[in-house]
Amino acid sequence: MNDIALELDCRGMPCPRPVIELARNLASVAVGDLLAVVAEDPAARVDVPAWCRMRGQEWVREDTAADGVARYVVRRLA
Amino acid sequence: MILDNAREATAEALQVRPDEVTFTPTGTHAVHLGVLGLLRGSRRGDLVAHSAVEHSAVHHAVRWGGRGDSVGVDRTGRVDLAALHTAAERDDCAVVALQSANHEVGTVQPVGEVDLPAGVPLFTDACASMGRVPLPRGWAAAAGSAHKWGGPAGVGVLLVRKGSRWRNPFPDDDRIDERTTGFENVPAILAAAASLQAVVAERETTSARHRELIDVVRSRVAAEVPDVDVVGDPDSRLPHLVTFSCLYVDGEAIVTELDRLGFGVASGSACTASTLTPSHVLEAMGVLTHGNVRLSLQDDATRADVDAFCDALPEVVRSIRARVGM
Repeated sequence: MNDIALELDCRGMPCPRPVIELARNLASVAVGDLLAVVAEDPAARVDVPAWCRMRGQEWVREDTAADGVARYVVRRLA
Repeated sequence: MILDNAREATAEALQVRPDEVTFTPTGTHAVHLGVLGLLRGSRRGDLVAHSAVEHSAVHHAVRWGGRGDSVGVDRTGRVDLAALHTAAERDDCAVVALQSANHEVGTVQPVGEVDLPAGVPLFTDACASMGRVPLPRGWAAAAGSAHKWGGPAGVGVLLVRKGSRWRNPFPDDDRIDERTTGFENVPAILAAAASLQAVVAERETTSARHRELIDVVRSRVAAEVPDVDVVGDPDSRLPHLVTFSCLYVDGEAIVTELDRLGFGVASGSACTASTLTPSHVLEAMGVLTHGNVRLSLQDDATRADVDAFCDALPEVVRSIRARVGM
């Protein structure tokens, strides 16, 4: 859990805001570091991995935040 | 008598027997009757193995009348045929449901390659393709919808193969066609049969033209719009439709903006649905669900029409992205 360099709180944000926040904050973590987005938006489950594929980043995993909301973890590759 | 003529014309256009054709009030009802009738006729159980990208009419029928076993698809939307075969081998598998082609992304399914154990019939939802492309082989029951081939709304077609174990899942109605209920809408059925004949007669030229125009859209959108996912199988697909998704774009905003410019499109994005859940088809394929646009060509669409759409699209996408600072 401590391996996440930056966690974005996108609770309550509708699609496609969580993915926009992810893209905006990518440059805030170093190449090789992990960036996570916590979101209730059900589209994020599909769209975060799709974003990784389209933007050449690495999809790492889905887990949950302390309050049970889904958290999507990606690794900055470039 | 008039209805029999329509039945014969429909049968001939679809290359089936007239006594295999039943007219229903809607395509959705034909799907329900097809799935549930095969379930009722089964001696094996109540499980329906189906692709994850079936139309919601299939999902609803399965949930209402039995249990579903959803089989995954690849990135293009094509069903995992080996997994479908494995699902069909289960002792309690009563029916397999596989669409002829996907209604959202156009990918054609390998219906003719499905090889089922004895006693497990195949239902094919052919609503997206009927008339436009020939029916696949191998089904025990199939469904179509007249307005999808350009006919009137309010006419569905249920096909039940001679000799298959199909039993009416609803109470009997003592009428000529024991597979359906109530009075057929004769004028609409006549119009549906006539338009089906016309569509089938012209489909070779229409399909070739549509296929070429959609190829133009697919390549121009991919080349001219940054960060776009053009989805579905590029070759093994329905001739007349294409679906793509644009990163960072709100589905409702792009549909509204294209509509304002005179381009009627649909979307599978959550932001355009009352449910806030994205299209289960895009989800199963693992492709981007937001910023989704589905373009279906009208029969008389021209190269100028698709070029106008492709010319307008990059600026529409750019302006929507600019609003959110992307």
